[in-house]
Amino acid sequence: MAIKVEHELHKRRLGRNIGLGLVLVGFVALVFGLTVVKVERGDFSANPPRAEGGE
Amino acid sequence: MTDTSINNQATTGTGTGDAEFGDYFALLKPRVMSLVVFTALVGLLAAPVDVHPVIGFASILFIALGGGASGALNMWWDADIDRIMKRTRNRPIPAGRVSEGEALSFGAFLAAFSIVMLGLAANLVAAAILAFTIFFYVVIYTMWLKRWTPQNIVIGGAAGAFPPMIGWAVATGGISVESVLMFTLIFMWTPPHFWALALFMKSDYHEARVPMLTVTHGRRATRLHILVYTILLVSVAIGTGFTAIGGPVYLTVALLLNALFLKGAFDIWRRNEAQAEGDGYRAEKKLFALSLVYLFGHFGAILAESTLGQFGMGGW
Repeated sequence: MAIKVEHELHKRRLGRNIGLGLVLVGFVALVFGLTVVKVERGDFSANPPRAEGGE
Repeated sequence: MTDTSINNQATTGTGTGDAEFGDYFALLKPRVMSLVVFTALVGLLAAPVDVHPVIGFASILFIALGGGASGALNMWWDADIDRIMKRTRNRPIPAGRVSEGEALSFGAFLAAFSIVMLGLAANLVAAAILAFTIFFYVVIYTMWLKRWTPQNIVIGGAAGAFPPMIGWAVATGGISVESVLMFTLIFMWTPPHFWALALFMKSDYHEARVPMLTVTHGRRATRLHILVYTILLVSVAIGTGFTAIGGPVYLTVALLLNALFLKGAFDIWRRNEAQAEGDGYRAEKKLFALSLVYLFGHFGAILAESTLGQFGMGGW
């Protein structure tokens, strides 16, 4: 017998999985963006960046 | 166990945890989170150090997540009283859509995640203040003070007051007089805000045996406390206008909002219970609504001063 999506529960699970997927994609994009910014500034430790040749 | 039986259990409140995505979002207390985001953003933008937009965005997001984690842990601990109070009965745990264990795991994971990520994205000072905020809200306020003392709101209010300090720390890497003033503004605002709510939600706290001031010291004392705290709040709010984060715009907004707030608190103090019941707690509800405008107005004005400052116009 073929498995049918016939219960409202399946819709809830699908919604939850799609939501979680979007959150994960967003997180990957955010970490990528942060990495690009930190590499460009050459400061990986903290914000605000240390002044070059600072006192 | 079939899908149908799982669903039946969920609706009868046994907490099987087969929730929608929105239920997990509701665990984060989105309305409280909006206040956290706004005040943290103002703290970040009002600071005298520019922050790269990507770092700023990520930091605000992790601060919001940390605030949300506190909310989830608060709902986990308070599930028993949330089931009793009308206002909270439909939250994901008492409604049976999320189990208590799930809320605990979710909150604990998000708390650790947000602290580590804020430390990596911004700096350790900001991450440390966020960690302390979560600890303060969950352990000091939720687990200890809330059910023990009528001063719960006064001391516990500190947890909600930290976000602008975290935002400021993201930008500057430290703490300063201005960030402490923003903290104090929210800290002093919290008691009159919540006591006004407690005056017209009286049966809720009483039935849940939460020792709100209205329950332990009576409604007359609560009305007096609202007035006294409002007078203290007014002095902090106006005083902030003469510091580096203040200016003519802030002071104008502060004078107007504080005059209205003081009048509202005075009206509440002057009334007795019969008058309040007679008009359905109109003055109390009005002050509660005004308190929201009050806080957003003050932080909006700080933001306006900072924005004008970029064009050489803000501040004194």
